[in-house]
Amino acid sequence: MAGYADPGFDTLALHAGATPDATGARAVPIHLTTSFVFESSEHAASLFNMERAGHVYSRISNPTNAVLEQRISALEGGVGAISVASGQAALHLCIATLMGAGSHIVASTALYGGSQNLLHYTLRRFGIETTFVKPGDLEGWRAAVRPNTKLFFGETVGNPGLDVLNTPEVAAIAHAAGVPLLVDSTLTSPWLVQPLGQGADLVYHSATKFLSGHGTVIGGLVVDGGSFDWDASGKFPELSAPYEGFHNMVFTEEASVGAFLLRARREGLRDFGACLSPHSAWLILQGIETLSLRMERHMRNTQRVVEFLAKHPMISRVGHPMLESHPDHALAQKLLPRGAGSVFSFDIKGSRAQGQAFVEALKVFSHLANVGDCRSLVIHPASTTHFRMDDEALAKGGISQGTIRLSIGLEEADDLLDDLKRALRAAEKAGA
Amino acid sequence: MHIQVNNASLYCYTGGKPLDPGKPTVVFIHGVLNDHSVWILQSRYFANHGWNVLALDLPGHCRSGGTPATTVEEAADWVIALLDAAGIQQAALVGHSFGSLVALEAAGRAPERVRQLALVGTAYPMQVSQALIEASRDAPQKALDMVNVFSRSTLAPPPSALGPGTWIYGASMALGKKVLASNKTVNLFHTGFVACDSYRNGEAAMQKVTCPTLFVLGETDQMTPPKSARSLIANAQKGAVVTLPGGHHQMTETPEHMLKALAGFLKKPQDLL
Repeated sequence: MAGYADPGFDTLALHAGATPDATGARAVPIHLTTSFVFESSEHAASLFNMERAGHVYSRISNPTNAVLEQRISALEGGVGAISVASGQAALHLCIATLMGAGSHIVASTALYGGSQNLLHYTLRRFGIETTFVKPGDLEGWRAAVRPNTKLFFGETVGNPGLDVLNTPEVAAIAHAAGVPLLVDSTLTSPWLVQPLGQGADLVYHSATKFLSGHGTVIGGLVVDGGSFDWDASGKFPELSAPYEGFHNMVFTEEASVGAFLLRARREGLRDFGACLSPHSAWLILQGIETLSLRMERHMRNTQRVVEFLAKHPMISRVGHPMLESHPDHALAQKLLPRGAGSVFSFDIKGSRAQGQAFVEALKVFSHLANVGDCRSLVIHPASTTHFRMDDEALAKGGISQGTIRLSIGLEEADDLLDDLKRALRAAEKAGA
Repeated sequence: MHIQVNNASLYCYTGGKPLDPGKPTVVFIHGVLNDHSVWILQSRYFANHGWNVLALDLPGHCRSGGTPATTVEEAADWVIALLDAAGIQQAALVGHSFGSLVALEAAGRAPERVRQLALVGTAYPMQVSQALIEASRDAPQKALDMVNVFSRSTLAPPPSALGPGTWIYGASMALGKKVLASNKTVNLFHTGFVACDSYRNGEAAMQKVTCPTLFVLGETDQMTPPKSARSLIANAQKGAVVTLPGGHHQMTETPEHMLKALAGFLKKPQDLL
C-alpha cells in the first residue's frame, strides 16, 4: 500500500510526528518553554500519575522533542524514542536504565573512542564491567557472556575500520543469553540500515552527525524496538519488578511493549536529566527532513573518493566495505545494500610527519573532530579521538599512527578529489 | 493481579490499586491481538478516581492462562465468570472492537450484572474480509501490517500511553507480534478474526441489554466505520453515541477525547442519554 496511512521513508522523514497546530504553522514550532500550564489541580495530578498523557516539564518531555522522537521511531521502525543531550547521553541512558553496579556488558572492540572510554574506564568506577570482543568474532560474543551480563553493544559499522556488525547473528546470541542488543547506528542512519528490523532491540544515534547533518547541534536519540521480552529474560528487575521510585510501578505490566522507554523517561530523564533543548530538537528535525537526499549524495561522493584513493600509489590501505579487499565486504553487501556509510579511514605510506602534511594541506576538507557533516572532514585518530589508547588498543581497533579518517560531505566530488590529490602531493614532498 | 477463573489464571491490570468492595467496578476488554496495555491510561485514571479496574488479558493471551475463546459467546462467558470469581455482583463493561462484541454479549446474557456498557470501535456484523482472515492464518505479519494501516488515522498522534514520543503505529505492530507470540498453540489472530466474523447474536443481545449503553466511534475508523454500528444503535434501549476525531486506535490516538467520553458516561450516564 501507499499514501497517508502507509507512507514510505521519505514521507515519514517529512511528516511523522508533525501536523499543523492551531496557528496553522506548517513547519514544526519550537516550544521554548520549561513548563506547561495545568488545566486544574485534578489535571496536574493526572499527568503526574500517568493517568493522562501530556507535557509537564521540558526535562521530561516537550512538544518539539516529541515530534523528533516520533519521527526517528517511524524511520527506525520502533515503538517510541527519547531525545537526549548527546549521543553519549543516549548510551548512558540505555545502560543506566538497564543495570547497576555488579552488571556486565559485552561490547564490540570497534567503537567510537568516547564509547570505549565510557565502558572501559568510567563505568568500571561505577561497578559495571565490559568485555570487548571483535565484532566479527561470533564465538567471542558467546564466550564472553557471564551470569551478570545485561547487554550486548556494537556499532552498525565500527568506527574507524568500518567493521560491519553482523546484527542478526549477534542479536541471536544475545537473545539466547537473555539480554538485548543495543546498536549505535550513528554512522549509517536509518536510510542505510534499520537495525531493529535485523534483530537489534535498542538503537541509538548521535544525532549530531548524519541526522542533523549540518554540524550545528549536539544531540542524541534512543529508539526502543519493543520486541525484547524483559519478563521472560528474568534479568531485568529494573523493568519487571515494582519500582519504589514510582509508586511501585511494574513497567512491564504498564507497557507490554516499550517498558524500557517508560523507565528511561520516568527515571532517566527525571533523575539524570540529560534532556535535549527544544531548539536543538528542531535543528535535528530540519536535518532529518532532507536525510534521504543527503545520504544519497554522501554515498555517491564516497564511492568516487574511495575508488580514487584505492588506486593511489601513496595509499597502502583503504578501509571501506564497498571494496572487495575489506574483510566485511560480503556482509556489508548483505546487511547494508545502500552502502556502509561515508566515514572511513585509510593509511598513508610514509612517516607520521607525512600524514600531518597531508592533513594540513587540505583546503576543502576541514580538520576537526566530527563526522557526518554536510562538509567534508578529516582527522588523525591516533592523536585525537583515540589518543587515550595505547598502540595495542589502537591496533585492536584497526588504527595505526598513519591512519587518516575522512567524513565525505556533499561538495562536488571533483573538488574533493582535487583537494585530496594536492594534499597527497604535499605528503609526498614532505617525505622527500 | 491474577484471578483464578474456570481453572485458569486470568491476569487483570488494576491500575496499581487493590480491589475494594466499596467501589464500583469497570472491566476493560481488549480486541484481537491486543492485551490489557491498550487500556493503560483509562485504567490508571479510573483506578485513581474511585473505581475498581479489571483490565484483563483474555484467556490464552499474554499473561493469562486458559484456552482462547473461539467465539464471542465463549469469551462473554469468561467475562461473566471473571466477575463471579472476583466477587463482583455488577460492573461496567467497556470493550474495544472484538472486545466490544464480548462486552455486548456478556451484557445480553447477564443484564443484571452490567450497570453500564461502553462499546468502543464497534460494528455489527463485524465482518472481516476473507482475504484478511486468510492472511491472519497464512501470513500473520502481513495481516498485522494491513490491520495497523487500516487502524491508523494520523501520522502525528498526541502524547499517549507510553508518554510523549510514542509512535503508535510501531507500538501497535510490536504489541500485535508479542500477543501473537504469546500463544504457541493457537493462532490468536486468526481465531479472533473468525470469532468477530461469525458472531450472529449482536442485535438480539443488544435488545436484552437494560443498562445505559455508550457507543464510542472513530470518525475516520476504517476497521469499524461508524455506519457499521447503526443496527446496534437502533436496537439499544438506552443508547448514546460519541464520535471521536480519529480511527480505530481510539484509546491511544485520541486518549483525551476517549477519557472525556468514558468519564462522563461512567460517572453520570444519564447526562448522555
